Amino acid sequence: MTDFEPAIIAFVCNWCTYTAADLAGTSRLSYPKNVRLIRVMCTGMVDPQYVIKAFLEGADGVLVSGCHPGDCHYINGNFKARRRIKLLKEILPQFGFEQERLRLTWIGASDGIQFAEIMRELTVQLRTLGPNEAKLRMII
Amino acid sequence: MQITNSASRFTNHVSRITHHVLRIWRKAMAKTAQVEVNDRGLLSSLQEFFRSVLESEGMNAMLVPRHLEQKNVIMPVLISDPEQLEGADPLAPAFPVNGARIVSKLTRKPSGGKIAVVLRPCEIRAFIELVKLKQARTDEILIIGMDCPGAYSNRDYVRFVEEKGEEGVARFCQDLFLGKGTDTERIELSPACQSCEFPIPEAADILIGLLGMDTERHFMVQALTQKGENLFETLGLSEAGEPKERQSAVESFVVERKACRDKMFAETAAGVNTLEKLTAYLSSCVNCYNCRAACPVCFCKECVFVTDVFDHDPSQYLKWAARKGAVKMPTDTLFYHITRLAHMSTACVGCGQCSNACPNDIPVAELFRTVSHRTQEAFDYEAGRSPDEAPPLSVFNENELGEVVGIN
Repeated sequence: MTDFEPAIIAFVCNWCTYTAADLAGTSRLSYPKNVRLIRVMCTGMVDPQYVIKAFLEGADGVLVSGCHPGDCHYINGNFKARRRIKLLKEILPQFGFEQERLRLTWIGASDGIQFAEIMRELTVQLRTLGPNEAKLRMII
Repeated sequence: MQITNSASRFTNHVSRITHHVLRIWRKAMAKTAQVEVNDRGLLSSLQEFFRSVLESEGMNAMLVPRHLEQKNVIMPVLISDPEQLEGADPLAPAFPVNGARIVSKLTRKPSGGKIAVVLRPCEIRAFIELVKLKQARTDEILIIGMDCPGAYSNRDYVRFVEEKGEEGVARFCQDLFLGKGTDTERIELSPACQSCEFPIPEAADILIGLLGMDTERHFMVQALTQKGENLFETLGLSEAGEPKERQSAVESFVVERKACRDKMFAETAAGVNTLEKLTAYLSSCVNCYNCRAACPVCFCKECVFVTDVFDHDPSQYLKWAARKGAVKMPTDTLFYHITRLAHMSTACVGCGQCSNACPNDIPVAELFRTVSHRTQEAFDYEAGRSPDEAPPLSVFNENELGEVVGIN
């Protein structure tokens, strides 16, 4: 299992975390290629089904990341996202998904360094946790 | 964050306690009558009572479970002619459809008439969820809630009628409420009903009490709201207290049901606690989506699973098959069920219609009830408890849920 590389799907909001990722890039910071960014306009538009689909397709981790509380471009989308993540963290573990596979973070537009750090840390954590069961077997 | 978190939890608790106290107060103040059972029995007396309601000032119609003329099948029937109440049977252990959906059809816009609706407790709780989701209105209806001992699955009800005939149907409620079992040892209540701890229609306008009553002599009529009290007065019912035996009968009934429920939770949770087991649990699912069609709180006009999002390109299936060597068809079965849990589990009232609707006898209701219990607990919410509590996914507090943020 030493050569296991986790696949991480990150739903990042256009206004904060995606911009932070952009900043990390223009600042020539590097972060693991395990992370696949999906840009959304707001974390508040991340329907739970997107997260469920990612896991069932074999993602080892899913990150939802947006603006800090109070900074949401749409006023309160991130607060709604937080409740949805809470909901998923209650449902998914009942089917054996470890809570740690699903993460929510606030990364502001100017937090390029923090963005790269969190991606590195997340990759290390998931490498230790091992692969998602759905990746290995046929699920229905 | 911790402090504000517990502060919001505290506010939730306060609102819950307030609600509980209000309920006790309302109960204590509620106008209660004991209506005498006539010599033709409980069902006939209930029909007579319904008739008095339907004939009361300003009432245009009544929605009540009734035997159909053409076949001995029970369905909700909207009755405007009091003569048609013959055959009304809210005591039969038949539960073909959750009436909340029907009442939603009747109330989504002003109908121009007043309707009394006779519902089971789970139907009322689902209706409350629909009202909160703006799918139904309470303006023109009066809810008559019946104490509910539970019902059979559709298939078992047919067997029950064949075995026991009309006589058995008539005895069913009395036997169950008097703790005599279901009379037919071989047919059990539907699993959802066996583990349902809500026998009392607490959110009704008018409650018809049977549990803890000597139903050969009396049934109880209790007004729980202003609307209920108005009717109580219109009907000229005379006040009598709630019989003492009722409270303890209700309590022991609930204790028994909760024990059954917790056992079901433990068994179901252990049966689905890995993806492998969940796959086995749902393996005979053919994606017919009947569980969704029968669900009273799944209210979307168009479910995402029947939109063209799921009209996958044929080449997509080949790609999926190629990835792991095989793909089960139809695809997206787990995806559908888990997504539905995410979308509606905080509103699930555990009525069991999903299991009733499943062509392949998958214990859908057990799965949904088990997961829902946990999601509702997480938000300190109980579906159908109160019209004043907002659905948890429709609101937020700025300072809450600090524990779900971050990567540590």
